[in-house]
Amino acid sequence: MSVASTALTSPLRGEEKRWRLAEWQLALPLTLAFSALFLAPLLLLVATSFFNDDKITQPGFASWTKFFGDPFNYKVIFDTLLLGLKTVCATVVIGYPLALVFMDLSPRLQKVLLFVIIMPMLLSVVVRTFAWIVVLGREGVINQGLMWLGVISEPLRLLQTELGLVISLTQIEMPLMLLPLISVMSRLDPNLRDASAALGASRWRTLFTVIVPLSMPGLVAGCLLVFASSTTAFISQTVIGGVRLIYLPLVIWQQSLVVYNWPLAAVASLSLVVSVLSIIAALSYLGRRSSRHLQG
Amino acid sequence: MQALAPASPQVAPAGRTLDVDDLTVRYGAAVAVDGVSLAIEPGEVVALLGPSGCGKTTLLRVIAGFVRQAGGRVLVDGAGIDHLPANQRNVGIVFQNYALFPHMTVSENVAYGLRARGQRGTDVGQRVERMLDMVKLGAFRERLPRQLSGGQQQRVALARALAVEPQILLLDEPFAALDRNLRLDMQIEVKRLQRQLGLTTILVTHDQDEAMSVADRIAVMNRGRVEQFDTPVAIYDRPQTLFVNGFIGTTNLLPGKVTGIVGDTATVAIDAGAALRLPAVPGLGAGSLVILSVRPEQLVLSPVATADSWPIEPGLSLPLGSQLVHEARTVDGAALKIVEPRRRAASEAQRRFCALAPDARPSLFPRSTSSATE
Repeated sequence: MSVASTALTSPLRGEEKRWRLAEWQLALPLTLAFSALFLAPLLLLVATSFFNDDKITQPGFASWTKFFGDPFNYKVIFDTLLLGLKTVCATVVIGYPLALVFMDLSPRLQKVLLFVIIMPMLLSVVVRTFAWIVVLGREGVINQGLMWLGVISEPLRLLQTELGLVISLTQIEMPLMLLPLISVMSRLDPNLRDASAALGASRWRTLFTVIVPLSMPGLVAGCLLVFASSTTAFISQTVIGGVRLIYLPLVIWQQSLVVYNWPLAAVASLSLVVSVLSIIAALSYLGRRSSRHLQG
Repeated sequence: MQALAPASPQVAPAGRTLDVDDLTVRYGAAVAVDGVSLAIEPGEVVALLGPSGCGKTTLLRVIAGFVRQAGGRVLVDGAGIDHLPANQRNVGIVFQNYALFPHMTVSENVAYGLRARGQRGTDVGQRVERMLDMVKLGAFRERLPRQLSGGQQQRVALARALAVEPQILLLDEPFAALDRNLRLDMQIEVKRLQRQLGLTTILVTHDQDEAMSVADRIAVMNRGRVEQFDTPVAIYDRPQTLFVNGFIGTTNLLPGKVTGIVGDTATVAIDAGAALRLPAVPGLGAGSLVILSVRPEQLVLSPVATADSWPIEPGLSLPLGSQLVHEARTVDGAALKIVEPRRRAASEAQRRFCALAPDARPSLFPRSTSSATE
């Protein structure tokens, strides 16, 4: 057996070696595209932020001091991150049980559910967002339904509120939570659940001591994607949130395309990038710590 | 919840009886287990042996409580356990892939069942130590499963299953993933522990040698039914169906016809060209078409014709350890395998005729029954 396996793998090893030599070359196109289309603009953005006037003629720190000298902007950053966290919580609370249900379905029902899950991604973001206006509006489906049931007597205000925004973002970002979760969960050995039960563990105990820890990499990946995507979801934020709810993407849009103060827009953009990335770094650090047993 | 015995594992607790009564399992329209009944004695090792898809693993999963039966009952010490969910059955199970929790250390894996039963503190630690010493893995307690070899992982799985003092031990192809030498070691190890603990054990396997060496009794399964439930020796020497006969050991099938019966002796004319006198089988009267099943070691070779011999065309001879396996062909085209000790093997010129060894007890089966198509 061992003889046969060495005989099988040794030509493969040689192949691997040749691949390894050429590997960096394969990454070249992506590296070039990445540098030209991402790194260069980012550097440009950093450079732009260090100008004092909207004509971009006077270098200086005035834009930075102006942006961070205004307490209103701190609130905007805080609200933006809070929106991301709320959306992450809602997608986890709804998405995780859904992923568990998915695992127990027959392959045919799994296909149906997977299609339903991916469907939001197949529609234009504008279409999805306007559909939510129809659902959340004063005369919308939710209000009509609740009034018909007699739960409320007057229409709830959902549009242009954070609640309505979180509801719609939860649906819009759900695929980003579910796809990594499902891909990790479907690789879990189904015997683990049976082994746990045979050892006397209840379903809840199995869930929290076996399933949740082992699906942590998928959960963390989903949280990162949902967080990054919902904090930067400009169209949903502005169309459903309206102008009364102000998040960083709106500030950037106003400064760059309405006021034409590009240095200030650059500062706002970098604030968004840094604050979102620091949360993501923290999340993925926690995720790596919790799943360090799983690599191997 | 039952109390854990404070005694060392050398004290054998009384094993439980396990009864499977007319058990039927359906997956949609397909019948996976079809009216199986087994009565298993305390402390006995029973192997469920059969080809893949014969229902042996399904039967195991019903006993463990993972699969619900369509009909029939499972009883431990005479009391039905069908209403109990898997986590209240107190059944230990070792899976083919061991199913160790990959994010827990060896000792956390072994402690899992104890913790699930609400045990805390030093008792758990001591019991884990004892179990790991028992499977000789004391030095590995802080390792993760992926840092262990296959044999070590299996010992952890065994320690984990035994730590909670199960009433019944279920082994689902536990040796299949191990290489040959390690497999034998582990079979001996498992047998030793099982004896020590006096545990009633069910072993699912498709490997006849494994079933033969580990089990006290073997239930040979085919298409959801038990074809024969008996000791290994009885199954080898007196297979009751053609399927069992073909599944256990190697055999030669010779078609023939019963030409006459005198008292307890039937005369069978085999198509290969001989009339053999054999013990009569009830239900196979004169004129019955039969198949004679002869083990390779039940045949002898000779250079000259005798009264009960038939001519053969010699083929290849292959050494197999201390034995030599001869291939041959009868006049009606049936392939034969004949085993001889290598020291006194016949040369090709001497391999002209074939006969039953004097003490041979070949099996006689009716031809053209459904099982004959296997």
